[in-house]
Amino acid sequence: MSNHFKGASIYLKREDLAHTGAHKINNTLGQALLAHRMGKEKLIAETGAGQHGVATATVAALFGMECRIFMGEEDIRRQAANVKRMKLLGAEVIKVVSGTSTLKDAMNEALRYWVGAVSDTFYVIGSVAGPHPYPVMVRNFQKVIGEETREQILEFTGKLPDMLVACVGGGSNAMGLFYPFINDSVEMVGVEAAGSGIKSGKHAATLSEGSVGILHGSKSYVLQDENGQIMPAHSISAGLDYPGVGPEHSLLKDLERVRYVSIDDRQALDAFQMLCALEGIIPALESSHAVAWAAKYASTRPGSEVVLVNLSGRGDKDLGIFISHLNGVRDHESNR
Amino acid sequence: MNRIDRTFEELGRKGEKALVGFVTAGDPDIPTSLNIVTSMCNAGLDILELGVPFSDPTADGPVIQRSSARALEKGINVGDVLSMTGKLRKETAVPIILFSYYNPIHAYGNERFYKDAVDVGADGVLLVDLPPEESAEMTRAWPGSDLALIRLIAPTTPLDRMRKIATDARGFIYLVSKTGVTGSSGLKTESIDRQVDSLRSVTSLPICVGFGISTTEDVTAVSSIADGIVIGSAFERMIEDNLDDKNLAAILADQVRKYKEATLKN
Repeated sequence: MSNHFKGASIYLKREDLAHTGAHKINNTLGQALLAHRMGKEKLIAETGAGQHGVATATVAALFGMECRIFMGEEDIRRQAANVKRMKLLGAEVIKVVSGTSTLKDAMNEALRYWVGAVSDTFYVIGSVAGPHPYPVMVRNFQKVIGEETREQILEFTGKLPDMLVACVGGGSNAMGLFYPFINDSVEMVGVEAAGSGIKSGKHAATLSEGSVGILHGSKSYVLQDENGQIMPAHSISAGLDYPGVGPEHSLLKDLERVRYVSIDDRQALDAFQMLCALEGIIPALESSHAVAWAAKYASTRPGSEVVLVNLSGRGDKDLGIFISHLNGVRDHESNR
Repeated sequence: MNRIDRTFEELGRKGEKALVGFVTAGDPDIPTSLNIVTSMCNAGLDILELGVPFSDPTADGPVIQRSSARALEKGINVGDVLSMTGKLRKETAVPIILFSYYNPIHAYGNERFYKDAVDVGADGVLLVDLPPEESAEMTRAWPGSDLALIRLIAPTTPLDRMRKIATDARGFIYLVSKTGVTGSSGLKTESIDRQVDSLRSVTSLPICVGFGISTTEDVTAVSSIADGIVIGSAFERMIEDNLDDKNLAAILADQVRKYKEATLKN
């Protein structure tokens, strides 16, 4: 990929190689240990792309705990492979049909369920969002990404990277990568989903386009109308399809410590294919947003610079979406 | 003395318990909704909680979720609810508490909300997702103290936290009857009894119990323990079941009389 773009050296942090195929397991293991220590026998979780659901179902199986995963109907449809994996692991997948039937609504439903089951149930939130202490706790469990990155990149290049790039939905993989570098002179970029394009209004670019509000127990940037009603988000990637974002990302934006940009559905699909072709790696559609932006940026920078991308998950789950999109484009072209 | 304190004082003098009713404003539309709550107040409701609809009501069960969705389909916003409150205030002296989530209020503007709410004759505000640790952000923006911020206590709230929450509570304390969302089943009067006892050891404010109270038997049982009971989903279900009935307001008024009667049975 670096040779192809003839710019900065691009490094990938391979969270896609983590057990269950994404960074999500870092956090679910930590929270399941906590649940175990607290004597809770059941786990629940919300999931969008299904990666967090699979990671939660996996740790529940490991600890012999009951597991219920809340997932929007729309996401159950577009991430069917992960639904099968969760069921195989013994979890019950609960279809959420309220609101936009995506990640936000799955979180609403998980919160509602939890308040009625709190005596024996632990809620494993999958992102650096939700009420305190989740944003802090999930960041702490995910910061291993940045710690490993630091160690490995120093080993490879003898210096810290010039830039870190990660996709941002709720923001857990980005926060995990960024946090150990906060006090270093390393540029950081969070890539949000521009969906069908910012101007279309159908996007999930919460930090770029949202305003300050309160959703799911934290004050952060949210996509909302002038009356404070939460607006539906849109992204081809179920994991980024969320109208809120972790509150620490909002702080990092306001402090101008991290730059937040966006990549649309089309660019993400192109990057998905590009990484397959160049490296034989299938990135998750979520991570493809980071890859797309990093590739564009790296091509404008000198070879002496290092751009590090968090490849937060693998994309086998997204092959169906990619192929149907490819067919859709073909159908569209053959109809002309 | 404000309307909430005066209501509890009068009820205390008569040896009665407060019947607090929740209704989503603007469901199915503002005129119908205004008509419903006016007749409920006239039928003997002691305190009205007027719901400001929010797109993501995470503390609410399906019944109130649907009522919020119906109101939002009509485009009901904070301004509409405030002007409805103003019209209602001309009809009744019943205390009105605006009940919502923090985001619509925050978007309206905390200072502006206070001024307009006081101006139209609202008496309190209850925001289910604004914990005491965070509420100073809102109350600091309030230029006066004519609006009571009603505090919630959960069944899982330990005594030391009850004490902390009760310290700056006003009006009354809203005790959530059980772990769960609004309208869920499985009311347990024994545990409510214990919670009310603990709460009385840290506050002298009236205690109203809500969440999952629907039958007149529930009302009688909880009335013997607390200073008031809150009914929400049961009213909302009745509205939903009779949306096309011309006598909707009268049906709700009848139910208010039945509940009020049930509070007197002990």
